[in-house]
Amino acid sequence: MYVYDEYDQQLLNERVAQFKGQTERYFAGKIAEDEFLPLRLQNGIYVQRYAPMLRIAVPYGALNSAQFRKLGHIARTYDKGYAHISTRQNVQFNWPALEDCPQILAELAEVQMHAVQTSGNCIRNTTTDEYAGVIAEEIVDPRPYCEVIRQWSTFHPEFAFLPRKFKIAVNAVPTEDRAAIAMHDVGLNIVKNDAGEIGFRVLVGGGLGRTPILGDYINEFLPEEDLLTYLDAIIRVYNQFGNRKQKYKARIKILVKALGMDRMRELVNEEFERIKDGEGKLTQAEIERVKKHFTDPDYKALSDEPAELVSAREENKAFARWLDRNVRKHKKPGYAVVTLTLKKIGTPPGDITAEQFDQVADLADEYSFGELRSTHHQNLVLADVEQTQLFALWQKLKALGFATPTLGLLTDMICCPGGDFCALANAKSIPISQDIQKRFDDLDYLNDLGEIDLNISGCMNACGHHHVGNIGILGVDKGGEEFYQVTLGGNSGGNKADDASLGKIVGPSFAREEVADVVAKILDYYVAQRTEGESFLEVYRRLGHGPFKEVAYADAN
Amino acid sequence: MPTLINTQGVVEDTALTPVTLKEWQANPSEYAGKELELSVNSDETVDLFGADADQFKRICIDFPKFADGRGYSAARLLREKYGYKGELRSTGDVLIDQLFFMKRCGFDTFALREDQVLEDAIAAFSTFTNPYQNDVQDQRPLFRRRQG
Repeated sequence: MYVYDEYDQQLLNERVAQFKGQTERYFAGKIAEDEFLPLRLQNGIYVQRYAPMLRIAVPYGALNSAQFRKLGHIARTYDKGYAHISTRQNVQFNWPALEDCPQILAELAEVQMHAVQTSGNCIRNTTTDEYAGVIAEEIVDPRPYCEVIRQWSTFHPEFAFLPRKFKIAVNAVPTEDRAAIAMHDVGLNIVKNDAGEIGFRVLVGGGLGRTPILGDYINEFLPEEDLLTYLDAIIRVYNQFGNRKQKYKARIKILVKALGMDRMRELVNEEFERIKDGEGKLTQAEIERVKKHFTDPDYKALSDEPAELVSAREENKAFARWLDRNVRKHKKPGYAVVTLTLKKIGTPPGDITAEQFDQVADLADEYSFGELRSTHHQNLVLADVEQTQLFALWQKLKALGFATPTLGLLTDMICCPGGDFCALANAKSIPISQDIQKRFDDLDYLNDLGEIDLNISGCMNACGHHHVGNIGILGVDKGGEEFYQVTLGGNSGGNKADDASLGKIVGPSFAREEVADVVAKILDYYVAQRTEGESFLEVYRRLGHGPFKEVAYADAN
Repeated sequence: MPTLINTQGVVEDTALTPVTLKEWQANPSEYAGKELELSVNSDETVDLFGADADQFKRICIDFPKFADGRGYSAARLLREKYGYKGELRSTGDVLIDQLFFMKRCGFDTFALREDQVLEDAIAAFSTFTNPYQNDVQDQRPLFRRRQG
């Protein structure tokens, strides 16, 4: 993974000093509350329902074991002993004291971590595929490009006060999109042209929230050296002409709709032509420099399906199930990609304790070259595990509660912190996830249902990405009471890059105790209607919204 | 009254003939031969006056709220696209924690809001030693400046 040199470290140290000074001036009464707000937001600090929330950046989900231990230390020392993995692959602490935040950030800087631009109206953490660099299907490892974007976006002098937040995601797999790029302000699909050159198909104007819109293509092939100047051009247009009068119309998606894609493209191209061959143009030397940080670890020469794996699978049904579900093919023979599911029944999705941080860090050291990743689905990944070690690792993960074999299944939900923590939420979301986990705890049934995304948001800000869940659940407030709206047919990426779709609301909202029943009715209908191997989404698209809507409101027999 | 500063400290203001964009566009010839200070608000994007920028000795770009970041792009475009060589001044809600960004985007004087502490403001101009990006002050991004 990327290792800081003296320039990166100096910038981060200066940032720590800057925020320490800002916080001191705030406590000394020299900065007003509303003027301190964007400063703390750009250092990841929200004020939540009970306490500030500190959101730590995990650039494109890449972590090493020392960083993971540090997060455990912070959870133990400054928080209530746990943290939460977010859908932007970041880590959130829900209970730190504002006074402690400068010290927390200083400690994070020791392991090259920070909370830079994890909130606020600026360019946020760039996200990508959690399997980057270890799967054969990708065109090229997307992480060096994400790192190049990270550096370009960090303390960008012109784009710290945009109309609204700005999110970028990168995908490098032609057949799948785990980074959900169509729901980002800018989505970058890495492609290769006929000459074999790397470039980007650039989407712009996606986003969830109150007005969910999928991004559309603004550029079919952007050469890799043009990446940064093109991003500069897009955001410069947005910074000048984006709506600043109404918060809910301020994302770039609204500007793109207002101008139309042709006009947007014209404005961006005009600016891009002016700067594309200037000093801001990315160099091959820089791309190569950053790529050197993402070379393969010291893989051994091994073979797939070693005897100990084959026999363990035959002898142990639970292990076999976990292998099928949570372990993925690696590009190197004899290795495997293991997902640790943070979705145990009774635990909020994505939550992890201080002890688990330490234990997982140890596992990363022992089994996966000391590195790990966080995922958009709020799980963790050990990306380089020898197949001969899988059985031993599985036993340890089971003891930790991270081996629930449900990756990609119904109960591998995305869920925001919701009304239990968040001041914006209209309704709680974690109890809904727990109702569903309890109701659907039969692994045979879950496996039979197959891959299905169920996403839960506690309000229309859509942090739980309910719009793009195959089944989406949105908390709404009706006269002070919590109700839940159900959407069907959303898809965040799917099996090809252009397959994203937004869910459609089934109808009037449901009381909390009805939600699990409604999900059950919808699933029963799916099971009854499907043909061999047909997924939930495929059946929904084949039959349309109507019949599903009908069953959702039908009386249970 | 705001405190007028550059990156080194307090500076004396120089008197010029003030003009708003509307006034100037309505009758440019009226201002011929005068040393002009153009004041623009943040709705007046540079595409509306950039080509005429060299008519003005000073351009004041207003920040109606510190969270309104349009002025950064305006300054940068004036310097880099329209080649503006005159004085660029930030006015309005000019707070300490914007100064480093403003400097990088090409402002050279700053009408610091009156409640801001001068010493902290001057210190803010050296917040970061080696930023990643190219800017008006240095056309080379860090990746062209990095050693080794």
